Amino acid sequence: MMQFMLLFSRQGKQRLQKWFVAYQDKMKKKVTRELTTTILARKPKMCSFLEWKDLKIVYKRYASLYFCCAVEQEDNELLTLEVIHRYVELLDKYFGSVCELDIIFNFEKAYFILDELIIGGEIQETSKKSVLKAIAAQDMLQEVCMRTNPSISSEDGVWSI
Amino acid sequence: MPAVRGDGMRGLAVFISDIRNCKSKEAEIKRINKELANIRSKFKGDKTLDGYQKKKYVCKLLFIFLLGHDIDFGHMEAVNLLSSNKYTEKQIGYLFISVLVDSTSDLMKLVIKSISNDLQSRNPIHVNLALQCIANIGSKDMADAFGNEIPKLLVSGDTMDTVKQSAALCLLRLYGGAGGEPTATPSGEWTSRIVHLLNDQHMGVVTAATSLIDALVKRSPEEYKGCVSLAVSRLSRIVTASYTDLQDYTYYFVPAPWLSVKLLRLLQNYPPPDDPGVRGRLNECLETILNKAQEPPKSKKVQHSNAKNAVLFEAISLIIHSDSEPNLLVRACNQLGSFLTHRETNLRYLALESMCLLATSEFSHDAVKKHQETVINALKTERDVSVRQRAVDLLYAMCDKSNAEEIVQEMLNYLELADYSIREEMVLKVAILAEKYASDYTWYVDVILNLIRIAGDYVSEEVWYRVIQIVVNREDVQGYAAKMVFEALQAPACHENMVKVGGYILGEFGNLIAGDARSSPQVQFRLLHSKFHLCSPMTRALLLSTYVKFINLFPEIKGEIITILKSDTNLRSAEAELQQRASEYLTLANTVSTDVLATVLEEMPAFPERESSILAKLKKKSWSNDAAGASGATKSETVSTKANHVSSERSMDMGASSGAKPQSSMSLLVDVLGGEIPNGMQGNLGGFSNASMSAHEENLKKLICKNNGVLFENDLIQVGIRAEYRQNLGRLGIFFGNKTISPLTQFSPTVSCPGILAAKLLVQAKSVESQVEAGAQIQQLINVECIDDFVEYPLLTVNFVHGGSQQRHELKLPVSINKFFQATDMNSDSFFGRWKNLSGPQQEAQHIFQSQFGTDDIDGVKTKLVGFGLALLEGIDPNPDNFVGAGIVHMRGQQIGCLLRLEPNKQANMYRLTIRSSKGSVSKQLLDLLHPQF
Repeated sequence: MMQFMLLFSRQGKQRLQKWFVAYQDKMKKKVTRELTTTILARKPKMCSFLEWKDLKIVYKRYASLYFCCAVEQEDNELLTLEVIHRYVELLDKYFGSVCELDIIFNFEKAYFILDELIIGGEIQETSKKSVLKAIAAQDMLQEVCMRTNPSISSEDGVWSI
Repeated sequence: MPAVRGDGMRGLAVFISDIRNCKSKEAEIKRINKELANIRSKFKGDKTLDGYQKKKYVCKLLFIFLLGHDIDFGHMEAVNLLSSNKYTEKQIGYLFISVLVDSTSDLMKLVIKSISNDLQSRNPIHVNLALQCIANIGSKDMADAFGNEIPKLLVSGDTMDTVKQSAALCLLRLYGGAGGEPTATPSGEWTSRIVHLLNDQHMGVVTAATSLIDALVKRSPEEYKGCVSLAVSRLSRIVTASYTDLQDYTYYFVPAPWLSVKLLRLLQNYPPPDDPGVRGRLNECLETILNKAQEPPKSKKVQHSNAKNAVLFEAISLIIHSDSEPNLLVRACNQLGSFLTHRETNLRYLALESMCLLATSEFSHDAVKKHQETVINALKTERDVSVRQRAVDLLYAMCDKSNAEEIVQEMLNYLELADYSIREEMVLKVAILAEKYASDYTWYVDVILNLIRIAGDYVSEEVWYRVIQIVVNREDVQGYAAKMVFEALQAPACHENMVKVGGYILGEFGNLIAGDARSSPQVQFRLLHSKFHLCSPMTRALLLSTYVKFINLFPEIKGEIITILKSDTNLRSAEAELQQRASEYLTLANTVSTDVLATVLEEMPAFPERESSILAKLKKKSWSNDAAGASGATKSETVSTKANHVSSERSMDMGASSGAKPQSSMSLLVDVLGGEIPNGMQGNLGGFSNASMSAHEENLKKLICKNNGVLFENDLIQVGIRAEYRQNLGRLGIFFGNKTISPLTQFSPTVSCPGILAAKLLVQAKSVESQVEAGAQIQQLINVECIDDFVEYPLLTVNFVHGGSQQRHELKLPVSINKFFQATDMNSDSFFGRWKNLSGPQQEAQHIFQSQFGTDDIDGVKTKLVGFGLALLEGIDPNPDNFVGAGIVHMRGQQIGCLLRLEPNKQANMYRLTIRSSKGSVSKQLLDLLHPQF
């Protein structure tokens, strides 16, 4: 099973983290710091998998954002890459050409989407259509109260998928 | 412009922009503090906040927390949101709870109540939200509260599919999938209904259920055996499906890759199916997967090839796990072979890794060997160190008699350029291969000397101890070894490890090359002595032993050697050990007759044959890589190791100093002189029956981790103990109970410290009356003081007369070094900081062993560790299953800080125990005391 997923920027800023196993706060900070530095130091053509303690780290970069997952020894590395990709696809569909800023400003949505994809560290629904349907159903439940959005100029590019 | 979706919270968006616009860290902190003050006042204010405002503030707190700041309020407001009837408010409440509320918090009761309400909801979206929250927290309380309800939800006919999916994974979490407390799982009819979820119409349900079943199977394989045939048929339907059949569950033209991988994983919990029909179908599936790998790709996208190969690698794992179909194994190997030169680094990495396992199967070992050249090439050309590491592992795994020389040579070549991070492991591997496949031991000696020459810093003690053991035991290489070390020592700069090996070997076998004028006794001696001043005290001590052996071998240079021994740098050295050796050797040389000298300094006897200590070390290193032994060819070796596990642990210290002796860094003296320290009191404990004696040993073991209890009991007498310790002092009350109906006369218990223990532990016993009445109990008080670390136990000898016959019992008193522990609390940073500082090989003692009692009784383990005297530091290890502890051993005049780490491997029912302290002998002794407790 997946133990945690981290999203961080090229500058090492944390954007999202999801822990499927209970870690102490201090430990979380230490782990994130350690992995962020290790991964940012790696070159583009290098292998996407790392051994780290007794876990396997699987990571991939999308535009300015790194997605990094820690899975256990028996988990399948290649498929973990595709879990990341599926998540990126979902974000992309939901936000429409997602970029880092979408995740910063709508971090709660990013969490909700992840909760529909993975529960307790295991993938629960692999169909893109089903997940999007579930999220749409959630949005339907929300009372209609659209407000004018603050205008913030986009600075990051669209992710290439 | 980034859209704020759904009902945007404008205030939140503004706040986030503000933070992003902050020019400095200080500005950011200032802005955050301002916001925190604002929110606090809003929460405390008189005006009641509406749901929207609460949601907005809770969301801001969440954002601040995610930036890495601590949040110590707002929890109550978040809990309030849970019962809101507006979905978005509820959802934010749950998010905050999942991210920020500790599962031990007092608020959990309220949270559980809200979850319970939502689980009853008729709206499946609410139910899912509640299930997600349970899975996110997954605490024991949650398991207690919902452990009965969720299974019903999962198998009920009325439940929506999406709810079933969440329920399955939620249960998985509650059943201890992630370090949680294992709870009782339902059984009986429920089992069969769960297993039949594999047949469910809805692919999403099957995917989630398979994960749950996998976890349940790991707990009770027999009960869930029925899943095998169902999993095989499901798999068969998927692999034969065309990519259009499965619609949404086809991922980049690959039908249901996630489900396929999970099913293949599930099947790896069992041996190949017995039923020939099922087995045939499974093999067909595996063949189809292998065939598909040959087909041209349906898409150029990396997602397509990743998904396809994920299934392929998992299928290969299953083939290797079954290890019964030679045809499939060879096909798997060929497939992996083609990946070795693939342009995708990821595939090359995984292929090397999988091939390591294939190399251990007798069916595919030869097929793997065909790729030797490619692998060697990978070692030379791969740009990523993690891939090169895999190549080293594979070369190690594929090595056998036929290719050993070539592989060892290639590894030696690579070692000169290898990354520092993998050098030590490579050295171990080369040393093991050279020993294992040496048909000619001169080759072995050459390889090890080369290792020391190329990578001296990374040659651990085990490696050079081992070469000495082998040379001592094999007469045919002694002369050659002496010649080779002599040559090696002539290099202008040679590594200290070379001096150690050279010193030892010349001291033993220098006479074999002394006939040659170029290596005459004097030349040998001067060569060695030219290195003396550059060496550490430990090596110098070893060299002094070599010199005294030279006195015996070569009387003609005695004068020169005596001058050296007499010199102030030795006889008056600041190092006590050097001083002592110099003066003792001097006396030996001057006063003793040559016959006696020859006897004392005789050649070392052969070492007892035992498993290579290096292998043991490598196994320890590779523990973390993979319990199944994926990182090397350890699979086949494990079996043989278990038998002589104990001896392998002992062999670290070169045999001569057996486990009963504290291993100081200076213990080489004993090694060189070949003195066996007898195992002390182990053998001569006669006097009473074996049964009560073994019970005594058992009691003694228990009393290591507690202070009060029964030490010994037979038909006549019971001996109990109650002890208190403070710093380096202890006070023991020994209770002698007369179990008979007549008095015990001439009763005299005495306490003694055998041998060197007397200098390390002071013991004072009060005297007692000489008679114990029938049925009565008397007490004896004993005071102890720890001077220095010690190994043996003090002895309690009890003499008395009963019914006219003299009785004598010799008991060990449970006074061990851990009794002088003071528990020490520390936080994660200081623990791991110290842990790193104590990483020297002398400071660490480690043992990997099979658990006697199972790894599930967490409380029992904790009790023992605390009883052992350590402070149990909870929650600082990244792996919640691990135990870490710290304490200080108090002795007169010194205090030794000790750190402990106990790592269970639940699947293998094993533990790894590591103890680090500033004093190696203390680490070792604590390890020996503690590991038999688990």
